[in-house]
Amino acid sequence: MCGIVGLHLRTPDLYPRLGELLTGMLCEMGERGSDSAGVAVYGDPVWTPPGRGCVSVLEVTPTAEAIELDVSIVRLGDTYLVTAEASSGELLDAVKAAYPQALIAGFGADMAVLKGVGHPRELTDGWGLTKAQGWQGVGHTRMATESAVTPAGCHPYAVGPEQCMVHNGSFANHATIRRELRAAGVQFDSENDTEVGARFIAEQLAHGRDVEAALKELCAVFDGFYTLLVSNRDSFAVVRDAIACKPAVIAETDDWVAMGSEYRALAGLPGVESAKIWEPEPEVIYAWNR
Amino acid sequence: MEPVTATVSTFDLRTTPLREVNAALHKPDLSGEFVIANPDGAHNVAVGVDAPVKVTVDGHVGYYAAGMNQQAEITIDGNAGTGVAENMMSGTVWVKGSASQSAGATAHGGLLVIEGDAAARCGISMKGVDIVVGGNVGHMSAFMAQAGRLVVRGNAGEALGDSIYEARIYVRGDVASLGADCVAKPMRSEHHEELEYLLKAAGFEGDDTAAYTRYGSARNLYHFHVDNTSSY
Repeated sequence: MCGIVGLHLRTPDLYPRLGELLTGMLCEMGERGSDSAGVAVYGDPVWTPPGRGCVSVLEVTPTAEAIELDVSIVRLGDTYLVTAEASSGELLDAVKAAYPQALIAGFGADMAVLKGVGHPRELTDGWGLTKAQGWQGVGHTRMATESAVTPAGCHPYAVGPEQCMVHNGSFANHATIRRELRAAGVQFDSENDTEVGARFIAEQLAHGRDVEAALKELCAVFDGFYTLLVSNRDSFAVVRDAIACKPAVIAETDDWVAMGSEYRALAGLPGVESAKIWEPEPEVIYAWNR
Repeated sequence: MEPVTATVSTFDLRTTPLREVNAALHKPDLSGEFVIANPDGAHNVAVGVDAPVKVTVDGHVGYYAAGMNQQAEITIDGNAGTGVAENMMSGTVWVKGSASQSAGATAHGGLLVIEGDAAARCGISMKGVDIVVGGNVGHMSAFMAQAGRLVVRGNAGEALGDSIYEARIYVRGDVASLGADCVAKPMRSEHHEELEYLLKAAGFEGDDTAAYTRYGSARNLYHFHVDNTSSY
């Protein structure tokens, strides 16, 4: 099981409602698994002020004094959002230097990644997600299969700058690919299968491939079941494996594009009654850009 | 003229729990017409009905809608999720939109009409149901089909009729590939008649039956073949 949702807003009129809409979508999917949940929110002016580098951190209690840069820290549930007048890369290095044992949930300008163990309703309440704003959000509610119920096992996996991936399904050959990536110098935070997919995509993007090419390569290399939602600061892409047994529904209007594991996650979106709604075809990559 | 006895009862799924709605549809000696409003993608809407009633679901439904149907005429005025009309025994299930995977799975009888597209595994393990799809069907449709008829007015995805036992498949458009032991067969007069009857039942009577190809079992998997000894 697991449930995934994503909302890519086209009209700024809806930016103030991003958190409210994303909360409704994610909590509706709680019946598909609710041992952990996570979201990535792109563009909240309070959580990730424009122009500042941002790093989302778990499993440590960071303080401004311990980090070399002049940082601001906001705590949301178990996640700490660290921002500074610096690039996200510089900030990430500074946070890692101060807290080598920290779990980095995500990093990049304008992107806050929040995750934790618990029911999505309790977690989203704790984050105050309904008040969040922005242009894009993704979410995941988990029924653990491949790895432990810990913050490191929660989605999203946001392992490249401003990138984020959520996954419904399970990769069968993740251990083999993890060994290959480790041999190539890639570091991992968990034994989770999705993390391997996310780091594989990040490697592809780091080598200059675009999202579409990276996802095609993933389809060729990874074995298993998956519906994936891959986002970065300005884009949003969906792909399913060839067997396509993991569900997905996409809906599109002039004002937004939304994806959910099931239609009911989308049923509360404004204007959904006139949306174009379809089920993505296996191994076809659907992508939208801002 | 028959006396007008129809009473229409409306259930709003935003205010009435699904279990109450389904329990009301399971009452003994049920008759009349029912409307289910605001399904909002809920699962298990109007499952297990066993009465000669009309049920209209006004919107999109989630998984297993109208499953196990007997006798009832159930119309879904929207899209349906996984397993619509699964294990139907008799009656009619009519989807005005498109259906997700495994539509009509294991169904023994009745008629399932999907006006739009059906996704993967449409009619998987069908056991006697008739399915008419207005658009395309996805991969592995009629997988292990045992009896019944599947009509596809559009195209079929990969591995159509894989490991089919019996059942007749009619496809007007392209077939991406045929599954194991599924082959094209000639359209004899009884097949034109059967197809015409099914298309008419589903409201597509204008179609030229000569534009369709029939597919079915080559029956090569029915018996063990000694050449395959090394495969086991």
